[in-house]
Amino acid sequence: MDVDDIRAEALGAVDSASDPATLDHVRVRYLGRNGRLTLLVRSLRSLDPSERPAAGARINTAKETVSQAIDARLQALTTEQLARALDEEVVDVTLPGRRQSPGSLHPVTQTLRRIEDIFLGAGYEVVTGPEIEDDYHNFEALNLPEHHPARTMWDTFYLEDGHLLRTHTSPVQVRVMERTRPPIRIICPGRVFRRESDLTHTSMFHQVEGLVVDEGISFTDLKGTVVEFVRRFYDKDVGVRFRPSYFPFTEPSAEVDAQCVHCEGAGCRVCSFTGWVEVMGCGMVHPNVLEMSGIDPERYTGFAFGFGADRLAAFYFGVDDLRLFFDNDVRFLSQF
Amino acid sequence: MQFSERWLREWVDPDVDTGALCEQLTDAGLEVDGTSEAAPAFSGVVVGEVLEVAPHPNADKLVVCAVADGSGTNQVVCGAPNARAGMKSPLARPRAALPGIEVQSRELRGVESHGMLCSAAELGLGDDADGILELPDTLAAGTDLREALGLDDRCITLDLTPNRGDCLSLKGVAREVGVLNDLPVRAPDCSPVPAETDDVFPVEIVAGDGCPRYLGRVVRDVDTGRQTPLWMTERLRRSGIRSIDPVVDVTNYVMLELGQPLHAFDLGMLHERIIVRMAEPDESFTLLDGSQVSLDEETLLIADTRGPVAMAGVMGGDRSSVKESTRDIFLECAFFAPGKAMGTARRYGMQTDASQRFERGVDHALQEAAIERATRLLLDIVGGCPGPTVVTESTAHVPEPAKVGLRRSRLDLLVGETVPESEVDRIFERLEFSPRKIAAGEQAGWEVTAPSHRFDIAIEEDLVEEICRVHGYNRVADSHPLAELSPRVIPRNLLGERPICDALVALGYRESITYSFVAPEVMRLLDPERSAVRISNPMSRDQSVMRTNLLPGLVGALQTNLARQQRRVRLFEYGQCFPSSRPEQVYRVGGIACGGRAPESWSAPSDQIDFFDVKGDVERLLALGGGACAFEPATDPVLHPGQSAVVLSGDQVIGRLGRLHPEIEESLDLGVQAFVFELDAYALLAQRERRHRGISRFPSVRRDLAVVVDRSVSASAVESAVREVLGEALAEFTVFDLYEGESVDSNKKSLGIGLTFQHASRTLVDDETNAFIDAAVRCLAARFDARLR
Repeated sequence: MDVDDIRAEALGAVDSASDPATLDHVRVRYLGRNGRLTLLVRSLRSLDPSERPAAGARINTAKETVSQAIDARLQALTTEQLARALDEEVVDVTLPGRRQSPGSLHPVTQTLRRIEDIFLGAGYEVVTGPEIEDDYHNFEALNLPEHHPARTMWDTFYLEDGHLLRTHTSPVQVRVMERTRPPIRIICPGRVFRRESDLTHTSMFHQVEGLVVDEGISFTDLKGTVVEFVRRFYDKDVGVRFRPSYFPFTEPSAEVDAQCVHCEGAGCRVCSFTGWVEVMGCGMVHPNVLEMSGIDPERYTGFAFGFGADRLAAFYFGVDDLRLFFDNDVRFLSQF
Repeated sequence: MQFSERWLREWVDPDVDTGALCEQLTDAGLEVDGTSEAAPAFSGVVVGEVLEVAPHPNADKLVVCAVADGSGTNQVVCGAPNARAGMKSPLARPRAALPGIEVQSRELRGVESHGMLCSAAELGLGDDADGILELPDTLAAGTDLREALGLDDRCITLDLTPNRGDCLSLKGVAREVGVLNDLPVRAPDCSPVPAETDDVFPVEIVAGDGCPRYLGRVVRDVDTGRQTPLWMTERLRRSGIRSIDPVVDVTNYVMLELGQPLHAFDLGMLHERIIVRMAEPDESFTLLDGSQVSLDEETLLIADTRGPVAMAGVMGGDRSSVKESTRDIFLECAFFAPGKAMGTARRYGMQTDASQRFERGVDHALQEAAIERATRLLLDIVGGCPGPTVVTESTAHVPEPAKVGLRRSRLDLLVGETVPESEVDRIFERLEFSPRKIAAGEQAGWEVTAPSHRFDIAIEEDLVEEICRVHGYNRVADSHPLAELSPRVIPRNLLGERPICDALVALGYRESITYSFVAPEVMRLLDPERSAVRISNPMSRDQSVMRTNLLPGLVGALQTNLARQQRRVRLFEYGQCFPSSRPEQVYRVGGIACGGRAPESWSAPSDQIDFFDVKGDVERLLALGGGACAFEPATDPVLHPGQSAVVLSGDQVIGRLGRLHPEIEESLDLGVQAFVFELDAYALLAQRERRHRGISRFPSVRRDLAVVVDRSVSASAVESAVREVLGEALAEFTVFDLYEGESVDSNKKSLGIGLTFQHASRTLVDDETNAFIDAAVRCLAARFDARLR
């Protein structure tokens, strides 16, 4: 057979090869060491030397053509094969992914973290203390000696040995003042307990108390800090107002109202149609309180504030019944 | 404290509307809790004059009245027993709109009735529905009733802080309003009422510290059958006080007006003299509400020679109370010291209007005015013949007026800005603080004398508050504290609470917050070996002991969710537990899980979780701190004996985990297998010191062995034996298979263990690795009779 016939035959074989393995056989059969075109090259030796270059060129051209055809065919086959594979590997991407179900932090914890972060950013420290307290730290050291009329402001749970469940986190402030010297800038988050329960009160709730004691701390500082905190907390430029009030451990004392964030002050059910909600109590630390903890009230002054984090969480997330917080229904918990 | 706005405006009448007045009060620290209309809306009601009353021809219980309404005479059928000719009473004309009804002309048993005579209840002016309301004779027939009675009025309720007892009266509130508006205040006539007899009743004060002043006055020949006038009952009603009888009404009225509680005794029932003393052991008597009280020795009493006649400043006794038969009364107007009064009412569970005022402090200079005012009102209403007012004092115990200094410098420092001097002067003047200027040096400022009605002014800061309060808290600027910017301290080897909670959240747990006090039965069930701290005054039995661990709350939350159709629950809590009643902080973190290993899905098998799911979660938590911990089988009465472990850090137990004991699952009616864990949070918080150790650049070699051991041999025992014998050469130990069943004896198990060897500074050769394996196999054979499978 002459070279053109072999070439034609080879190209036919390339065309009909349906997979890379067959194609490889074709390559071996025509271009391999003993391939038919390779053998033709060897047969050149039997030709007259003058004819060799032309014949050689023809054979090489044929080899080239077949080799290119094989490469092209291989490319085509690979592409086809990949396309088939891809086709077979199609998945329904709308099926849900493999997963563990999500967990979540309690909304009150999220609120506490937000509060803590705001004050940490302003250079305050976060301090905690025991939930079972003694009378001294919960009352006496806060200018509330035994039989003080204002003790009735807190409905207290007592233990059988005379200890009590702290009614506020102020005892933590006392503990801090006992062991450190000013400047003091702390907030004290934690559980507190009062003997009351209805839609707006639970017998356990979370309080955050703040205390700043240093030289030259004034009522305007208290106001600025509280106003700024409320606005940072809601991340909104809400109105804040101060009303004179009474706490045995502060003088002057104030109650703080923030504009209702639900109706923006227009009046709604959340704010009992007043446009304002009470958010905290605060005041300048009573000199007796400083003195009892060994801080000179002539040299140092301070302010303190305290508020219910659960209430703030309720405003923040739009929860209308505080008792839901301690129900721990996962359908509730999963909303935050 | 509740009062009528109109009444207040008789004392002081600022040119502001109700809303602005309330805002003023609130801004000055007398928080307005609410306002309400003095009377419900009604119209078409006038003062009617009953001209004639005739029997109804067809009904025994009805009468036919001719009622003048100013422009004519109306025929009105009436069923009231007190209808009589000559009286004045509210007449609702036809088409009048009363609360809830519209009045129509109609026939009643055959007699036409044009309008209706009204009772107090029908007009929403009280509870009295027994008869028609009797109006004062001075009112002209035909006058609109709302106008005649001043019903377009509001009741204002104040929520007073305990320091402002001085505002538990019209006088006190008016004083404040005067200060705020810079207006003078008018007071009712409290001038002395001259004695008409010399009759006195002796008073002896034994307990002078409890009762520094006692004013008494005899009033003879009173007529207690008279009616309290409508103007007074209306004011009482608008202040939330019910009319009882004229004598009691007068004492209540003066209390509202001036803030001084008074008590009237039936003089005829008192013996020899009044003795103000403390109660004696085992003393008891009957109060005017009929209840019997046993007294404690801390109780201040008003007694006569036969025993107690009143619990001082709280409530009178039954024996000496004023009754219809009373002819002579003895009027008491005393100053009981706040310190002694405090707590009495609460101890006996009988807070009264009087006790509230005495506890917070009554003006000790007020008694004279009050007794004169009360006498005058009594004479007006019930008549009588007054004796002289007798003052008995324990002078040593009468409070001294407090003198308090205020330094200009201190005021500026505490406020943070300067309140003008003239403003301070004005505020002190209006508050009746008798200021005296001090000009010199550091003490420059003011010295004030607190008026006798202010018990709450004792120190400089109290004056700062008064200035600030009247000046206006909201007028004071806002500023920020100036401080040195010192960087924050973050302890190096201490994890916070946050990473622990965050890790649990990442593991699919939802955080719960449960009550720190729980039901004693549940606590006992979930911690049978410890007795929980008990609360003396719990709100309910279900919340009467302090939790010693987190399980009651977690189990409760699980029950809540199971009851609400949740099948797969994972909850955790981080919080304080109370192994003792000492003030200490014992924090724990615990979790509970039940249901499927993964959420229900097309791709996941529907396996239920088991011990190892929860153990894996615990291991993840322990890994946060990086310290080495071991698990050992637990003997815990609360947990499944075969599926529970304690967590050990060194030889210290720092936690436990496992399935709840099936008996407990049963008694809690869970209906599912619940797995729990609980760890000492402080042990988790401690973080291993982290130091770089270098990474070997040389290849590791892994060899796997299948060793058959007794089932009782624990995987951790095998691991520690292997680690012990191979030491540092062993880079990693893995249990990759556990097999029990065919081809292994029934009391044996086959463990597939993978041993990875690596040298820090060179490549291991086969001979070395083989020697390691031989050593391991020999050791396991010797220790556990293990053989290779």
